Amino acid sequence: MMNAPVFIAGVGAISAIGNNAAECLHSLEKEQAGMGGMEYLDSVHAKALPVAEVKLDNETLAHCLGLSAVVSRTAMLSMMAAKEALENAGIPDLAKHRTGFISANTVGGMDRTEQFFNNFLMDHKKGKLRDVVHHECGYITELVADHLGIRNYITTISTACSSSANSIFYGARLIRNKTLDVVVAGGTDALTKFTLNGFNTLMILDHEFCRPFDENRKGLNLGEGAGYVVLVSEEVAGGLKNTPCCKLSGYCNANDAYHQTASSPDGTGSFLAMKGALDRSGLKPSDIDYINLHGTGTQNNDIAEGTAVKRLFDPLYPKMSSTKSFTGHTLGASGGLEAVFSVLAIREKLIYPNLRLQTPMKELPFVPETSLIKNANVRNVLSNSFGFGGNCSSLIFSKI
Amino acid sequence: MKLYIRATGNISPQITFGHAGFLTEPVEHSGNRLNCAEPDYKAFIDVKQIRRMSRIIKMGVAAAMECLQEAGLETPDAIVTGTAYGCLEDTGVFLSKMITQHEELLAPTAFIQSTHNTVGAQIALMVHCNGYNNVFVHRGFSFESALLDAMLLLKEGEANNVLVGGLDETTDASHAILTRFGLYRREPVSNFKLFEGSSKGTIAGEGAAFFLLTNQSSPGNYAQLDGLFTFYKPADIKETEAYIFSFLSIQSILPADIDLVITGRNGDAKGDGVYDILGQSVFNNICTVNYKNLCGEYPTSVSFALWLAGNIIKSGTVPGVLAANGNKAKKIKKILIYNHLQNIHHSLLLVSAC
Repeated sequence: MMNAPVFIAGVGAISAIGNNAAECLHSLEKEQAGMGGMEYLDSVHAKALPVAEVKLDNETLAHCLGLSAVVSRTAMLSMMAAKEALENAGIPDLAKHRTGFISANTVGGMDRTEQFFNNFLMDHKKGKLRDVVHHECGYITELVADHLGIRNYITTISTACSSSANSIFYGARLIRNKTLDVVVAGGTDALTKFTLNGFNTLMILDHEFCRPFDENRKGLNLGEGAGYVVLVSEEVAGGLKNTPCCKLSGYCNANDAYHQTASSPDGTGSFLAMKGALDRSGLKPSDIDYINLHGTGTQNNDIAEGTAVKRLFDPLYPKMSSTKSFTGHTLGASGGLEAVFSVLAIREKLIYPNLRLQTPMKELPFVPETSLIKNANVRNVLSNSFGFGGNCSSLIFSKI
Repeated sequence: MKLYIRATGNISPQITFGHAGFLTEPVEHSGNRLNCAEPDYKAFIDVKQIRRMSRIIKMGVAAAMECLQEAGLETPDAIVTGTAYGCLEDTGVFLSKMITQHEELLAPTAFIQSTHNTVGAQIALMVHCNGYNNVFVHRGFSFESALLDAMLLLKEGEANNVLVGGLDETTDASHAILTRFGLYRREPVSNFKLFEGSSKGTIAGEGAAFFLLTNQSSPGNYAQLDGLFTFYKPADIKETEAYIFSFLSIQSILPADIDLVITGRNGDAKGDGVYDILGQSVFNNICTVNYKNLCGEYPTSVSFALWLAGNIIKSGTVPGVLAANGNKAKKIKKILIYNHLQNIHHSLLLVSAC
């Protein structure tokens, strides 16, 4: 049962480098990063901190989706990508199957709650309730599930930056356990002042465009977006017009149990997650052709992750890169977005570059790829998502 | 594979922590907000850490530690938590300071502790658990999702024991907001009189309840956890009934096999209508008790109900405060928990004697 294959039938993405998966892919190929000044987020740090915003304002997003613009941006980004993923999968008679929507986010409808709190703080009777009604993480998921007409199983995961890797992982298990046949899984997060200021207090935001795995890296850039994959059972996969190009072959969740926000120096959690995912897939380290690194660009993450990669892969390193050098760190969406990029790497035979990497890290014997590689034989991709609270998850996507 | 509740830890508005008797001295609350009876945390948490932690973190960590102590286990194989609201107090602190200080000179602590995985991560840190760690944050399904994940881990052979908990806190801000949404009674009411008469609104509750689930049978186990099912936004009462019947049939039991139903009745006339109808149909002639007069209404309250069910089976007694009526079985061997949150999130749990 637990070895039954789980296929990726469709993908959907929205991020600073594109409003759908095809646009994101185009930017990845053209080496066009999505960071810039703040156009939509209103913050006193606008001049100091670059962010990677989705290039659509709330009115346009709402218009695309036929919604009111007071809906949380987190839900709208989620709807855009989840809808695309389902359309991309093109499952005939979806209603026939037991379908689940498993999403992830870190701060729910915080973008609207911030509006609400402005007035609420002065007087608890003030503030428009419509701005706080979608505050809960789970409410965001339900807005999207209702929009998509999915109701057999709905849930939301929030484990900081590894949230949506865990939702994909959980979705696959529900299929393997024969609880569901189809799962739209991934995650979403919109930029909010709350997270921007939160990360700013931790002093891990780069004032320039981030430089993951560079010796002189100064921190991360926050981004926003959503990414979903449609997971299907073998039976559903058999009935698809477009044969899936890959499956989810490995996954593992481990905890660093070292510190609330910092990773252990030897990357215990990252190592256990990668190792566990390899064991689950039955693959050897040398079978991995590409690692989509968590690679946030902070001092701490990149050395911990790099050390864990070294422990597991030395001396034969797969190609690696952090696509956060394009999208910024999209937090609860990052595992979902990077899952989509992993699937596209297999389908399009691409290894994405790690942008702005000038000086390789002294401590590491390997260097991520700095330019696009085409026609690469990408059979297996390892995708890493590590978060606050020591929550580390790795996924492996394999070509069929 | 059979799954068991090996140990529990529960901090609630009742005296449920430590070596308290099983609801022998029910706590009366007036007003429309039930706050937890908090223990002395020093037995479980380092004093320096206590000062830094918000209430929900302390409650969650202490309930988890008590559960592990009862199980005689230092480190579980996996930790799964469910919380709808997460760490509201820290979220509110950071948000308020961010607004009043115009995004300047903010301290990181409240932000760090505001993430929904804070409690699960703190437990992992304290018991050095490098294993599976997941957090579900889906409204009235938060605890149920965590429980399903834990049950799957055991069935998959990924773990032999899983620490799983449901927790939510009420803060002044959340209470003010939810009151404006019309969730709670307008007039003060004693929780002992919650089910008297027909009114609009319920009483706010909170709590942190943890369980050690295991696949190993042992004489000390509370109960067996037979099954769990959730359903979302049923079209009407017929669909709700159909889901309940289908769950019972999957569990290979008939309504008559159930010795006790614990329902999520919360004193709100509209929501309670669902229980009224089911009391005449599926649950007709089955002894029924309600639990929200003890813990109040909150999205992860089913964790309190599971604690209750486990203790009823283990102790063989139904506490007097539950005012059980109907055809009370001599010995309670099978308990069905049925709860719905605003007729959106429905959950069913079947618990039986080992």
